[in-house]
Amino acid sequence: MTTLTKQTDRKMGLVIDLDTCVGCHACVISCKGWNTENYGAPLSDQDPYGADPAGTFLNRVHSYEVTPNEGHAQLVHFPKSCLHCEDAPCVTVCPTGASYKRVEDGIVLVNESDCIGCGLCAWSCPYGARELDLAEGVMKKCTLCVDRIYNENLPEEDRVPACVRTCPAGARHFGDLGDPDSAVSQLVAERGGMDLMPEMGTKPVNKYLPPRPKDRIEDQIDILAPLLAPVAEEPAGFLGWLDKALDKLPGGNS
Amino acid sequence: MHPAPSVIIFTTLSGLGFGLLAFLGLGMPSVTGWVAFVFYAIAYALAVGGLLASTFHLGHPERAWKAFSQWRSSWLSREGCAAVASLVVMGIYAAGAVFLQADWRLLGLLGAALSIGTVFTTAMIYTQLKTIPRWHSPLTPLVFLSFSVAGGALLAGQESLAPWLLAVAGAVQLIYWSKTDKALVKSGTDIGTATGLADRGTVRAFEPPHTGSNYLLREFVYVVGRKHALKLRVIGFALAFALPIALMVIPFSGLMLKHLMAGVAVLLHIAGVACLRWLFFAQAEHVVGLYYGKR
Ligand code: SF4
Ligand code: SF4
Ligand code: SF4
Repeated sequence: MTTLTKQTDRKMGLVIDLDTCVGCHACVISCKGWNTENYGAPLSDQDPYGADPAGTFLNRVHSYEVTPNEGHAQLVHFPKSCLHCEDAPCVTVCPTGASYKRVEDGIVLVNESDCIGCGLCAWSCPYGARELDLAEGVMKKCTLCVDRIYNENLPEEDRVPACVRTCPAGARHFGDLGDPDSAVSQLVAERGGMDLMPEMGTKPVNKYLPPRPKDRIEDQIDILAPLLAPVAEEPAGFLGWLDKALDKLPGGNS
Repeated sequence: MHPAPSVIIFTTLSGLGFGLLAFLGLGMPSVTGWVAFVFYAIAYALAVGGLLASTFHLGHPERAWKAFSQWRSSWLSREGCAAVASLVVMGIYAAGAVFLQADWRLLGLLGAALSIGTVFTTAMIYTQLKTIPRWHSPLTPLVFLSFSVAGGALLAGQESLAPWLLAVAGAVQLIYWSKTDKALVKSGTDIGTATGLADRGTVRAFEPPHTGSNYLLREFVYVVGRKHALKLRVIGFALAFALPIALMVIPFSGLMLKHLMAGVAVLLHIAGVACLRWLFFAQAEHVVGLYYGKR
């Protein structure tokens, strides 16, 4: 059914910390690994070892440069997977009912045996979270690792999405964003978690934690300065003599 | 957006076919027997041919029948239902006209309404998408409907009506361009809102997530040929509207020549609409391009 319910019982999703993400792409690889071997059709690659490799991924990491009006530019690594939107346009546009949002936890999934691969859901997603698999001809998207989070065959610490489990920086958090007392909701409240493209009206469940203000190099030097010997602009003493002697050597004066 | 040939052929031919069906349903011209057979054959070839072409871009065309199920929420599903309904209703009406010399007026009117409705549902598939600001405009259904009606009139041989309807469609196209060329900028969505980092400074895409291409870039970030857009607009406009109007209003002597020129006008119009449809897709910017620092 591709009509959306008013309210889901829980809002399971991810909180992604743009401050701690180091841009290592480990989540990209673990996501591809887990989801190629488990839920649904494998994530195919085309020409993987050739000149023009391409493939299906459910999670990708962009990198942006943010230049403030004053001060230094900052590099922000930006992981992006399905945001499991509350008002998911990808679900309502689907003609076959293959795309749906689960009432019990809000996870947006594709029933691959109903999908005709028309691609319209990917057209309707502002975030580029859906990719049509060229080998299978069906739509692939993040499943929130639905086959891990409730999987009693896995040890308890592994019952989180593969990307969350893998992230070496702890930049991805998983939980119920519909429960204001959950750890993820607290984190969002504390750090001012934000929506991507709120103007699209999709009401994403996943939140992004903005990068903390970058330390200023000027401030740092102030802190350390008293501990350091003053640095002479012009070298004096032995170093001064050496400097001059080296300058006199042929070809050394550049 | 990637201008997939299957979708361009589909929207161009089906639009014309359903436009012609609408005129036939209205009894303009009111035809029976062999003449009706030829008219309906042309209309069905266009409408059904277009619909078949549209299934070529599906990953699983064999499951296309499942697309009739979600008409409550999905415009694509509604389009499928509307198309089948109009083809069935007009099929019965056509059978009456061809074999029984009958003119079942109410059925014809219903078929005409359904045919126009089908074109509207096609347009709404594109119009509904907020992610493509250029399409997310009431002008999009106007473009599809005015093109379909003008093309239908041309094919139905409505000599006095067709030039006017072509002129209207041409005007709608010009308004569409003037209003939607700035749609992405006006939508307020940019790399700043996409990343949520706008209030921290100027955001620039530094490194893409992958070195090669992918589905998103191929499907949504189509920039090839945009530099020829203006030339193609002029060519498309001339072929679709200006030349057919000229051919229809210039008084040719002789019935044979007149019919020949009407045929040429139809072919020019089809080529022009296909060209304008190519632009409709190729010039449409999807907001996901912003994540890649593109548009
Ligand atoms: S992020 Fe895209 S695919 Fe995921 S729920 Fe939202 S609109 Fe749908
Ligand atoms: S590609 Fe599949 S899931 Fe997406 S809208 Fe089409 S049928 Fe539905
Ligand atoms: S939750 Fe699972 S499917 Fe989604 S991005 Fe993470 S690893 Fe991939």
